[in-house]
Amino acid sequence: MKPFMPTCKEAAALLIANEDRLISLSDRVRVRLHLMACKTCPNFERQLLTMRSALRQWRNDKPD
Amino acid sequence: MPPEPVTPFEQQLVEHRGYLLKFARLQLRNESWAEDAVSETIVAALAKPQSFGQRSQLKTWLIGILKHKVIDIFRHNARTVVLETDSDMSHANDALDALVFKTNGHFAQAPSDWGNPEQDLQSQQFFAVLEACTDKMPAAMGRVFLMREWLELSSDDICKELGLSATNLYVTLHRARLRLRECLELNWFGTGPDSP
Repeated sequence: MKPFMPTCKEAAALLIANEDRLISLSDRVRVRLHLMACKTCPNFERQLLTMRSALRQWRNDKPD
Repeated sequence: MPPEPVTPFEQQLVEHRGYLLKFARLQLRNESWAEDAVSETIVAALAKPQSFGQRSQLKTWLIGILKHKVIDIFRHNARTVVLETDSDMSHANDALDALVFKTNGHFAQAPSDWGNPEQDLQSQQFFAVLEACTDKMPAAMGRVFLMREWLELSSDDICKELGLSATNLYVTLHRARLRLRECLELNWFGTGPDSP
C-alpha cells in the first residue's frame, strides 16, 4: 500500500494529471496535504497554472 | 503557375497562408500533411467567400476550418501517429523524470517562482518561446499535446481518434507538460545556469 503522503514527484504527477483527467477525491486530498507541508511544490502548482493560462491565451489569440 | 489572386478575398486568404501553415506544421509535424491541410482550408474558404468586418474574424474562421482538416488528416493516418507514439514512449523518456526528480522523490532543482505571469503573457517573445518549446517535443508527443491544447479535444476523444490507450495518452501528456515546464523555466523564466 502506498503511503498516504505523496512525495514531490508523486504530487507533481497528480497535479499534471489534473490538467487532463479527473483525479480521485483521495488523490486530491493527498495533493492538498502535500502542498500544505511542502516548500517547493506550491511553486510547481503555480507554474502549471501559468502554463494553463499561457496556452489558453496562445490558442485564442490572433496575433499579427 | 498558380493564377494571380484577383479578388480582395483571395488576396486576404493568401495573406493568412503563412499563419495557417505555422499552426498546421506545429500540430501535424509532417510537411506534406501540413501543406495539404492548409490547401484544403483555402479551397474550402474559396468555395464560400464571405466578408468579415475585422481581420481577426477571418482568421478565427480560417483556423476553425483548418482544425477540421487537421482532424481529418489524423483520422486517416491514425495508425502512423500511434506507431510513432509507441516508439517515442519506448525511447529514453524516463530520462526526464530522472533529471527533474531525485531518487527520494524530491525535486532535483526546486521549481522557481515565475512571478506574476501577466507581464509575460503580454510578450510576443514569450509566445515565440512557448512555440519553440512545443516544436522541440518529439513529433508524436507534440501532436498529442497540441490535440489537447490547440485542437482542444478531450482526452477521451484523442484516444478514440488515434486508437490510443488512456494510459499511453496520459503518460505522453505528462511528459509533454513536464518538458514544457522545463523548457520555459530554462529559456524564459531564466533560472538556468546562464541567468543573471
